[in-house]
Amino acid sequence: MKSFARDLYKNRIWLLMVLPGTIWLLLFSYLPMFGQVLAFKKFRIDPDGFFASVMNSEWVGFDNFKYLFSTNDAWIITRNTLVYNIIFIVVGLIAAVATAILLSELINKRLSKVYQTSILFPHFISWVIGSYFVFTFLSTENGLLNHVLAWFHVDPVSWYSESKYWPFILVFMSLWKGVGYGSIVYLASIVGIDRTYYEAAMIDGASKWKQIKHVTLPMLKPLMIILTIMNIGRIFNSDFGLFYQVPRDSGALYSVTNVIDTFVYRGLMNLGDIGMSTAAGLYQSAVGFILVIITNYIVRKIDEESALF
Amino acid sequence: MPKLEQNQPTVTMPSSLEGMKGGGIKKRRKKYRDPQALPPVVNTIVSVLLGILAITCIFPFIYVIIISFTSEESIVRNGFQLIPKEWSLDAYHYLWSMKEQLFRSYGVTIFITIVGTIISVFMITFYAYAISRPQFKYRKFFTFLAFFTMLFSGGLVPTYIVITQFLHLKDTIWALILPLSMNAFYIIIMRTFFLKSVSESILESARIDGASELRIFFQIIFPLSLPGIATIALFSTLGYWNDWFTALLYIDNPNLVPLQSLLMKIEANLEFMRQNMDIANMQSSLFNTIPQESAKMAMVVIATLPIAVSYPFFQKYFISGLTIGGVKE
Repeated sequence: MKSFARDLYKNRIWLLMVLPGTIWLLLFSYLPMFGQVLAFKKFRIDPDGFFASVMNSEWVGFDNFKYLFSTNDAWIITRNTLVYNIIFIVVGLIAAVATAILLSELINKRLSKVYQTSILFPHFISWVIGSYFVFTFLSTENGLLNHVLAWFHVDPVSWYSESKYWPFILVFMSLWKGVGYGSIVYLASIVGIDRTYYEAAMIDGASKWKQIKHVTLPMLKPLMIILTIMNIGRIFNSDFGLFYQVPRDSGALYSVTNVIDTFVYRGLMNLGDIGMSTAAGLYQSAVGFILVIITNYIVRKIDEESALF
Repeated sequence: MPKLEQNQPTVTMPSSLEGMKGGGIKKRRKKYRDPQALPPVVNTIVSVLLGILAITCIFPFIYVIIISFTSEESIVRNGFQLIPKEWSLDAYHYLWSMKEQLFRSYGVTIFITIVGTIISVFMITFYAYAISRPQFKYRKFFTFLAFFTMLFSGGLVPTYIVITQFLHLKDTIWALILPLSMNAFYIIIMRTFFLKSVSESILESARIDGASELRIFFQIIFPLSLPGIATIALFSTLGYWNDWFTALLYIDNPNLVPLQSLLMKIEANLEFMRQNMDIANMQSSLFNTIPQESAKMAMVVIATLPIAVSYPFFQKYFISGLTIGGVKE
């Protein structure tokens, strides 16, 4: 005990440094983790404060989960979250790598810089603004798209109430915002490739296409695997803004735009159903946790260096 | 000729990220076509393809600017046009008439961005520095404490309950600042950065000279790690500027609504402010029609402008920041 106190004293300066961060982590991360027990309770506000509310709320076992999974919503939000994320991962990877290779091959480097600047721009725009950008195209009365359709004598489409178009719109918007960031990450890696590989390939008579196929892509493979696996670890989480702001929270589109994150948000803010939305959130956190552990285990099998832990 | 052969790697290197500074390269290319470069036809096709992509990425912003300068009448009659029939400044005049709310929201956003960035930079660098030092006996424990939050999250609802009912931050400015001020991912990145860039030998000599750890941190570590710290600061500035989610959850008081969130509520707000204005000073008679659509777009322009203007300058730092530190040691 005494030696522990001495250790604490010896490390006091370091402990002081981690103190603010530790307090933050305890309040904003660990306390909510403890609050996840509300998934198994019927929440009732107690006048004695937060802890009393959590502790004194009645245990209901798995009732919240039973209720959640008895509705059709549980299936829809799980399907939407998974399918969209799988598409985003695959399409996003292809688009980012292809763009990075094209950017690196462009002869005019100044032009390449200008392109990079433009492509990365959407990354810095919030989805609130992004949703207005989309609105200028999709507005039923004024939008550009209905305008163009009118030229071809096609009847205007009421975009914000027709769910069949939205899977494409959401994938497109996800690409629009994400391809710049992805391609810059891969471009940084391409620039780091030793040029002598390309010279050797050229001397052996390899065409440009063959050089890309046999030098660039294999060199990018480790990064592609790691980023993809990290994305798979997060496959149960989605970009809230994309699914909430871009469809303008339109109820007619919920069947194709509702994901776990938006479901939890609406459960909390619109319905005030604390039990069920906590249960949905815990379902997301728990499955996400298992997925990260599994994917990290797989990464470690493939390439120990790249594993997260 | 042999000299050129030797220089070849530098000529072909697509150092797109660094930018080509050597002016001589261009001159040389005229005489000597680099065998590694794309054939001209392919290069043109690639340029066009990437050009389309680049335009797709920035066109919406330009389009929004055009709409914001379109007269409301023209919008009602012809929709959002690429080249409007009738230009007008009405939307901006109209926004000027509600400048109080606008300035207030701008102020809130600027305040949370500055204060939030300062707080998060200090919390993150202190924490990351301490867990990067071998002298710190409990560094493994504190590394895990931060790392675990990346794996398992408390979820939205418990976090909401903690912030509103335990910390009582609802409708305070702190609700916009504190929830975003730490991020385990940045801690781990900064820790890697400190491990890589700060050598123990410099610290050792400072210690021998009798400098305290805090003094070492501020006088040696801080200046030495400026690139890494600047990156964290940039990420966090952008995070605060673009944040609307915490406001959506915790802010109802119109005095505390940040810009992005005001934009979100603009439809309801325009209506609300129009009614207020009618009663207050009959100012609406200035406008034949209320520029609803164009005013929305003008708001988008005003909210995006600071980012769009500063973007070319900070872009470079952002890109170099992407490569400062992996998550792993």
